[in-house]
Amino acid sequence: MRTCDLPAYTIADLIKTKQISAVEVLDDVLERIRQVDGRPGEVDASPAETEEDLSTIHAFTQVTEEYAREQAGKIDQLIREGVNPGPLAGVPYTAKDIFTVKGIRSTAGSKILSNYFAPYSATVVERMEEAGAVMLGKVNLDEFTYGSSSESSAYKPVPRNPWDTSRVVGGSSGGSAAAVAAGEGAISLGTDTGGSIRHPASFCGTVGLKPTYGRVSRYGLIAFGSSLDCPGPLTRNITDAALALQAIAGQDPRDATSATVPVPDYLAEMEKEIRGMRIGLSEEYFRVTYFDADSLELVESPIDDQIRQAVLSAAGFLAQLGADIVTDVPLPHTKYGVPTYFVISRVEASSNLLRFDGVKYGYRTEESFKDLPELYRKTRGEGFGVEPKLRMLMGIYLSAAQFDKGYYQRALKARALIRQDFDTIFDPRGKYRLDALLTPTAPSTAFPIGSVYGDSVLMQYSDQLTATTNHAGIPGLSFPVGFDRDNLPIGAQVLGPDYSEGSLLRIARAYEIVTEKEAWRGQKPPLIADLDA
Amino acid sequence: MEERIPREDFQRLAELASLELPEEEAEYLRKELNNQMISIEVLESIPIDAETGSAAHGLPYTDFNSPSPREDITSLDPHRQAILDQAPELEEGYIVVPDISHQELE
Repeated sequence: MRTCDLPAYTIADLIKTKQISAVEVLDDVLERIRQVDGRPGEVDASPAETEEDLSTIHAFTQVTEEYAREQAGKIDQLIREGVNPGPLAGVPYTAKDIFTVKGIRSTAGSKILSNYFAPYSATVVERMEEAGAVMLGKVNLDEFTYGSSSESSAYKPVPRNPWDTSRVVGGSSGGSAAAVAAGEGAISLGTDTGGSIRHPASFCGTVGLKPTYGRVSRYGLIAFGSSLDCPGPLTRNITDAALALQAIAGQDPRDATSATVPVPDYLAEMEKEIRGMRIGLSEEYFRVTYFDADSLELVESPIDDQIRQAVLSAAGFLAQLGADIVTDVPLPHTKYGVPTYFVISRVEASSNLLRFDGVKYGYRTEESFKDLPELYRKTRGEGFGVEPKLRMLMGIYLSAAQFDKGYYQRALKARALIRQDFDTIFDPRGKYRLDALLTPTAPSTAFPIGSVYGDSVLMQYSDQLTATTNHAGIPGLSFPVGFDRDNLPIGAQVLGPDYSEGSLLRIARAYEIVTEKEAWRGQKPPLIADLDA
Repeated sequence: MEERIPREDFQRLAELASLELPEEEAEYLRKELNNQMISIEVLESIPIDAETGSAAHGLPYTDFNSPSPREDITSLDPHRQAILDQAPELEEGYIVVPDISHQELE
């Protein structure tokens, strides 16, 4: 197996025991990027057209080779001096281009920030570097994280799924998931506002961890929905997710919403047994209620039976290990998750987007303008793509006094009800006393590129099974549970009470061990398998 | 069918958002906004009793997880020059802003 396909924990161990250098690891992963990624995304570039474009991944918006070489060299120097560089010594990772990194272009996948160089680094980036990790570059995403397929990025070509390059990668941390799945870095930092870590993890067959709101600092994250945004890792296995969370979690004085709760030892938590844990299944998470643009009505339908069976099979494995599976758990407000998300996320997004104006930093129109308002209108009209425009217009409509129909206040109450649903099932003195809820991560596997993009309502319903977690602020962990008939990955997620990341990692790790010898575990994305052949 | 956001309201929204929009793009955005508005109307049918509060965050902030208020101390931002260097137009350390037109508020 090539170094770039090894787990992060193995890479760090090999480097610390001097069996390989950080520079050698970096060379191998850069070679993998050259082999599979194709041209990186660029603003205003043409979409994928050539045969090579259509068969490569395009996870990156920029590969920061010089920056990475400098970091890897420092790790090797520390090793030579007998200093431990940290738990992620020399581990190559990528960052969704929504995190600021000092001196590196930080674009949010938008033309309006295409010339922005951050003067400071996000806390999570600083913490990864303190742990010894080496940043390979920035990866693509939906513009300002607005979407569930990564197709809305202004940086073209948009990412393509390593398991089938005609399919989307999910979103919005789609570049992160694709990069990790293709061996272009062992870890990627993503963000999850309505499912944006877990959804692409599910589509690309990786692990994706959305921590409890406030468990990980948002400082240096270009904001979307400030009451919902959560940074977290995407990895190829559960142990790496625990390692990465260990590195980035904890209070940050620069983020007043970051929690003061002590960070446990996730690796130790992960290795405990799951016997006696109570894991719930809810029918509300095996169906979707979505808005049909033709009939203009809400329609309810069961999710794909292949996904249902894969999740039930995972529950069966957990039961074999001694977990108590509790069925028919009621979560009656699940179906309001997306409508509530439409309101809260848009109001918060519109507030956050008003700061981009062409005056202080970022893109400015090259057209002439007579005064400040015209500069604003032209710059913002040219600089933003359709998704940010839609979110701003919707957010302003829902919050402006002249149009107010009370939806925002109603959505805040709906969020309280969604939270109450989870409080009820996780109450240790209640009827259900669950340690976790097991559900599908997404209602479908990866859909064809271009098949949903443009229908903003249908796209949003792709987050129906994940958005409730963000409303409640609780943690969620998505992990692979098999493949469908088209050989596309299926993901399941475990959700738990506040700060229960250790328990969720334990459940997913137990499943990973018990299914280690299942035939599907040996599958690789065709692109990678071809390289090995 | 009645449109939730007619053209006149849409134009006002675009003004409030400071967005200059080509006609074709404006029509696409208005159609999508109308569909989004229909999809959120379901919120009106949720039974909500008087006891239900509004959740600004899903996660409650209490003494268990909240930091104490920080000291009220001013300090210079260490990134001042790097921030100024990003501005499209600078004059003697100040960001240049184009003419600000004045209009009477209704």
